Amino acid sequence: MSKEHDQNQHHDHTGHDHDPGEQDVHDSLNHIVPPRIYIIIGASLLVLTGVTVWASFVDMGVFNPVVALAIACFKASLVVLFFMHVKYSSKLTKLTVFSGLFTFAVLIALTLADYATRAWGRW
Amino acid sequence: MSTDTIVRLPDQATARIPKVNFLSKENGLLSWLLTSDHKRIATLYLISITFFFAIGGTLAGLIRLELLTPQSDLMAADTYNKVFSMHGIIMVFLFLVPSVPATLGNFLIPIMIGAKDLALPKVNLLSWYLYMIAGVMVLYSMITGGVDTGWTFTVPLSTHYVNTNVITTGLAIFVAGFSSVFTGLNFIVTIHKMRAPGMTWFRLPLFVWSNYAASILMVLGTPVLAITLVLVVLERGFGIGVFDPSKGGDPILFQHLFWFYSHPAVYIMILPGMGVISEVVSTFARKRVFGYTAVAFSSVAIAVFAFFVWEHHMFIMGVSNYSTLVFSLLTMLVAVPSAIKIFNWSFTLYKGSITFETPMLYSFGFMGLFTIGGLTGVFLASTGTDIHLTETYFIVAHFHFVMVGGMLMAFLSGIHFWWPKWTGRMYPEKISQLAALITFIGFNFTFFPQFLLGTLGMPRRYAAYPAEFQVLNVFSTAGASILGIGYLLPILYLTWSLKYGEIAGDNPWQATGLEWQIQSPPLTENFTEIPVVDHDAYDYEWLEKKEKEVSSVG
Amino acid sequence: MSDSTVTVQGAHTAHEHPPYQRHHFASMEQQVDTTSFAMWLFLLTEIMFFGGLFCSYLIFRNWYYPAFVEASHQLNIFWGTLNTGVLITSSFTMAMGVWCAEMRKKSALVLCLVLTFVLGLVFLGIKYIEYSEKWEKHHVPGFHYSLQSFTNPASDAEVHKEYPDDKPLGVDMARHTELYFSLYFAMTGMHALHMIIGISLLGYLIFRAQQGAYTTGHVTFVHNFGLYWHFVDIIWIFLFPLLYLISRHS
Repeated sequence: MSKEHDQNQHHDHTGHDHDPGEQDVHDSLNHIVPPRIYIIIGASLLVLTGVTVWASFVDMGVFNPVVALAIACFKASLVVLFFMHVKYSSKLTKLTVFSGLFTFAVLIALTLADYATRAWGRW
Repeated sequence: MSTDTIVRLPDQATARIPKVNFLSKENGLLSWLLTSDHKRIATLYLISITFFFAIGGTLAGLIRLELLTPQSDLMAADTYNKVFSMHGIIMVFLFLVPSVPATLGNFLIPIMIGAKDLALPKVNLLSWYLYMIAGVMVLYSMITGGVDTGWTFTVPLSTHYVNTNVITTGLAIFVAGFSSVFTGLNFIVTIHKMRAPGMTWFRLPLFVWSNYAASILMVLGTPVLAITLVLVVLERGFGIGVFDPSKGGDPILFQHLFWFYSHPAVYIMILPGMGVISEVVSTFARKRVFGYTAVAFSSVAIAVFAFFVWEHHMFIMGVSNYSTLVFSLLTMLVAVPSAIKIFNWSFTLYKGSITFETPMLYSFGFMGLFTIGGLTGVFLASTGTDIHLTETYFIVAHFHFVMVGGMLMAFLSGIHFWWPKWTGRMYPEKISQLAALITFIGFNFTFFPQFLLGTLGMPRRYAAYPAEFQVLNVFSTAGASILGIGYLLPILYLTWSLKYGEIAGDNPWQATGLEWQIQSPPLTENFTEIPVVDHDAYDYEWLEKKEKEVSSVG
Repeated sequence: MSDSTVTVQGAHTAHEHPPYQRHHFASMEQQVDTTSFAMWLFLLTEIMFFGGLFCSYLIFRNWYYPAFVEASHQLNIFWGTLNTGVLITSSFTMAMGVWCAEMRKKSALVLCLVLTFVLGLVFLGIKYIEYSEKWEKHHVPGFHYSLQSFTNPASDAEVHKEYPDDKPLGVDMARHTELYFSLYFAMTGMHALHMIIGISLLGYLIFRAQQGAYTTGHVTFVHNFGLYWHFVDIIWIFLFPLLYLISRHS
């Protein structure tokens, strides 16, 4: 984490050196992701879509949903980290993403705590 | 300085309200309707929530009047259902949720952190418009027949068995929800990104902390209510069946989703009020808030716990016994951060130089009533007693002690406390102290008998009741009329003081917050130059030193 | 993280303000930071908004597993896969659009935005094909919903050919397929609504981009819109397996 932060600062710094015009100041704030990465990520998302469709045709029993959701989570992470720049963003942004997922997990987990144990009956 | 008051006003003969301020800067209706100044938007909110409070209060009066006698004689039973439903909907969604955040929070947060405005001024205005659209929709649905599901929109009652305006009202609350989301979002962003140089997190006034915690709840909780209401509307309009048992849906799922928001909503209502109390208690005890960090983190802790307890609204609805156990325990844990606050305010008072101006009286009211309201919550969290007490007047008394005894007291406390800053004029002290006293007495007369009624088994939401409950109900109705006077008085004398109140000067309470170091009413962008903060919140020594400097230079 | 903002503020007060800096911000960094954080918080609310629907889907799928399995066989995997591809490609063009804006390539930016716009419309078009098929088969809940495909799978030749193992469901279980379609329409409908809002905003963005509004160094709006667009994409990334794929084998 700290290494990455250093890199960001370095990037800011060089940005200033090359072109001290003020309009570039904030350009360097948003870490500019080179198109090469977008192409790689976009292609892997398409490939993963193919993989998940293919996996759905293989009978894996209870693991079909697990595999499908695992691939979906992986794809979503790629989008969040690279297309949405979270990999290069501040800790605050990362925390924001995390807190959303956390609250969603609370909603699911505690609701299911009721549904999963309702059939256990009374004691 | 006299010992019984800390009020220090400028010489009334020479004092003037500053010519240039946010109120006088521009004139005309459009300058208000298109404003992006957070203080003007706060003023718009103040006027509109007072309007809806008056409507909700009138409905409350009708409820108490009906309950004066055991028979349903003032209105028909289904009219009564509509009256208490509209009372709940208006008071919860159009008054309590926006009360402190959208008025005082809107007005104060940018000033307290040393910013010129909220981070997103236009979004702030949008949120007021959304609020007004929601308000108009609720009024429309009320005029065209009302809604009688209770404020909880309980399914399948709301989706199948009533033919009142569920869809209009549901959509109104959907819109009001977005208003609340945008307010919360704006606060979080502002508090994170707009603080003045030197204003670190642990120098923020506790009012900012508590609004921050409430904003987290607004942002994360409200959307779940929104989607729930969408499903209710779709169910009613097209019969999609997610909550309809006859189609295999589950009404309890509705309760889960509804209370996932509506329990945190209770903390949206109370947390900003707690922030007001921190400010007021410190100022009128002339001491730093005892255990600043603990109070700050207890706000955040309440916000986090808020998402773990919703099922305690559903103990009798057929949820799993095992999850009931867990939720019962988690619910009782909320008492811990709440108690931290109450204890820390008490310790703040200890050995303080206490004076008893109106805001302080309301704060004392808050502390007493909120403690009762909170502790009776522990009764309800215990599953055994809950089965006996749920859906009785005990519940009604419990949440009115928290919402009215707590939040409304805090709101009035805050309005009195910052009135001089907002308008530049003082409210009349003696009559307002009287109003605070009347409110406190009236409140206890109204709602304490309801605890007794509830334990005796009187169910809520009925227009008629067995004759043996009448004595306590008469007490309650009598108390409500006293309470009504207690609420009418501030509206009258505060309006009066707009023209005839004494000139307040910059800092009548000699308080330490940044808002007290600028002119009242403030300038449009608050500060002539952005302050550099070099002291903690509630640092009265810093204030003394600063005033000495000013007087020696002068 | 908190104090850094403050120091940055001080460092740039000497600069002249660019025209697109709002009056209440001390610096451009602060404005950019603030608006992007606000956008993230808005997306947070969106997570919870869809969260309620995902939660309902999870519960009912467990309750009425056979009905959900057979109902999901009604969805066409070809259209679903194609639409996923379309949406992912549109996310890619959007990301490239942000890059073009940052690099101040005006015509490339407009091209990327137009591509995103078109792909968004293609997505909705395919969605329309799917919806109208459901309408024709009376699979829209609340509108003369028909159980025939589930009580008698053989009557639905097209689907039956692909899933010959589907057994006729008893009426009690077959009725719950309506719940599946309720959630299907609620989830994809909400998603489509977000797409429509996104496409409308894109129209405005293209208009402004042609005027050169986003290629002068002020990319905030494009950047934040990109976050929204990618978020809508992510929702679909989950909807696709949940609705189309996971019930192929029961």
